[in-house]
Amino acid sequence: MLRKEKIKELRIFAIKIRMETMKEIGNLGFGHVGGALSIADTLAVLYGEVMKIDPQNSQWEGRDWLICSKGHAGPAIYAALGLRGFFPLEELQTLNKPGTHFPSHCDRNLTTGVDMTTGSLGQGFSLAVGVALGHRMDKRTNYTYLILGDGEIQEGQVWEAASYAAQSELDNLIVFVDCNKKQLDGYTRNINDLRDIAQKFASFGWHTQDIDGSKVAEIHEGIEKAKAAKGKSSVIVLNTIKGKGWSFAEDAISNHHMTINKDQMDEALYELEKELEEVEKE
Amino acid sequence: MKATIAETLVKEGKEMRSVYCQSLIDLARVDKRIVVLDADLLSSIGMLPFAKAYPERTFNVGIQEANMIGVAAGLSATGKIPFAHSFAPFATRRCFDQIFLSCGYAKLNVRIVGSDPGVTAAFNGGTHMPFEDIGILRTVPGITILEPTDSVMLRNLVEQVADLYGVFYIRLIRKNATKVYQEGSSFEIGKAVQLREGSDLTIIATGIMVEEALKAADTLVEAGIFARVVNMFSIKPVDEETIIKAARETGAIVSAENHNIINGLGSAIAEVIAENALVPLERVGVQDQFGEVGSVNYLMGRFGLTAGHIVEKARKALGRKAEMQIQYKE
Repeated sequence: MLRKEKIKELRIFAIKIRMETMKEIGNLGFGHVGGALSIADTLAVLYGEVMKIDPQNSQWEGRDWLICSKGHAGPAIYAALGLRGFFPLEELQTLNKPGTHFPSHCDRNLTTGVDMTTGSLGQGFSLAVGVALGHRMDKRTNYTYLILGDGEIQEGQVWEAASYAAQSELDNLIVFVDCNKKQLDGYTRNINDLRDIAQKFASFGWHTQDIDGSKVAEIHEGIEKAKAAKGKSSVIVLNTIKGKGWSFAEDAISNHHMTINKDQMDEALYELEKELEEVEKE
Repeated sequence: MKATIAETLVKEGKEMRSVYCQSLIDLARVDKRIVVLDADLLSSIGMLPFAKAYPERTFNVGIQEANMIGVAAGLSATGKIPFAHSFAPFATRRCFDQIFLSCGYAKLNVRIVGSDPGVTAAFNGGTHMPFEDIGILRTVPGITILEPTDSVMLRNLVEQVADLYGVFYIRLIRKNATKVYQEGSSFEIGKAVQLREGSDLTIIATGIMVEEALKAADTLVEAGIFARVVNMFSIKPVDEETIIKAARETGAIVSAENHNIINGLGSAIAEVIAENALVPLERVGVQDQFGEVGSVNYLMGRFGLTAGHIVEKARKALGRKAEMQIQYKE
């Protein structure tokens, strides 16, 4: 269980991740707003509390790994890494500019602290299974965390990897499904509805949880429970809101990839700033 | 490179797969990082002895090639040295995006073994008969594509790629190859082996077509035509120097491959000579067709992959060479 102060700290961290994400995308003028904002609370718990990492030594052998298979959430990952001191925050403003170390989709060869290259949906899962198997072979105690999108799990490769992870009894792999209900073309339920995600994983033999993915305390508790499930791979279905933190994005039907002008960025930052003030006052 | 040529062409006593398996067992004994992956074809590729010797280093993912390639790439990210096998069409065509991104673009360290190339898929038929695997993979930046000719070369190349970093594709026949090289021969990736000297034209062959090329050269000698024969086992990187030298010194080239002539060895040679030393090129290979079921012998005839077809193309190339020389003189 997290202490009250820690919960507050992580909530503040999540808001800051959203603010930095909006600055990255806003200054560029376009980007994957929705799915970056929806995963910020989980990133805050992972990078702010749970994960063993060393910002001074991103390749530290004993570190926990995070593979963001929904690679388009890169800007939120970069924000979390920057806030944790992996690189100067101002570098984030080079997002997608020529020669940048911060591309739209995660790239292990470009960004300090990014553990895997992703972007073609579904592939990060198999990579994560391989990484977790490798760590187990070396008898390491570190964890591999994987973030999938709820649209992404329409990919067949996801279920290939899910069945093999279960077969391998990979209990050093913890998977999050960012269930923000939408994909590029609209609501997942209208396009190709995977229905009960936790049940699907459960039928493959996974330890499953279904939680509120915008509550840092719940996310933390979910990870603790996942770690306690020995001999089983664990999935946490995060019920989230696509575009969370900026009302305009939350309300937009199409918020996977958005064009943003200066005024909109300021509006988003104003809202997040107010939220930050409120949490700090608590 | 120190390759000694066998004196006579005979089938080897050992199957390629047993040599592949033994090579990996020997490598794994001294290098703990070696791991093996398969998609439910461990027994087909003769790897059960490896799986028995190193169960904790054998990952049979079941029938899911795309996942296998990703898992292999993930294992390599933790320092392991994976060899991942399936039949060539499934190891390449079925999981191209995984090879391209999870292995190539991510700059990870993966060896992919595709067995039963081209007509050697025989009675598995058209669905299992890859005439396109080289073509697909040639477009992956930085990949190395190797087609071992016999078991001596296979063992040498497997030992080499275990120590290198990058993405490698080994195009492997499972059964008995024809012996081309003496024991102890060694090879250099990116360097072709000249098997026979000749000045009238050059036959550049890979895989099972090396034997056909040598037979074709014998037939041509009877007609007073001296063909140089080159084994281009390294299809990427291709040995540009040897190709340019062959073009300049012999003035005509015939390529021979157990693959579609589109985007295979013949295409690679065409690219090199078009940019460096333009001479007539004739391509022996599958003429943009799908495979079908049958014995290897039947299929070689059916798809134009015999010594006879090479001889025919050699005569055509020589005719074009003579025409070019006349035009040049005029």
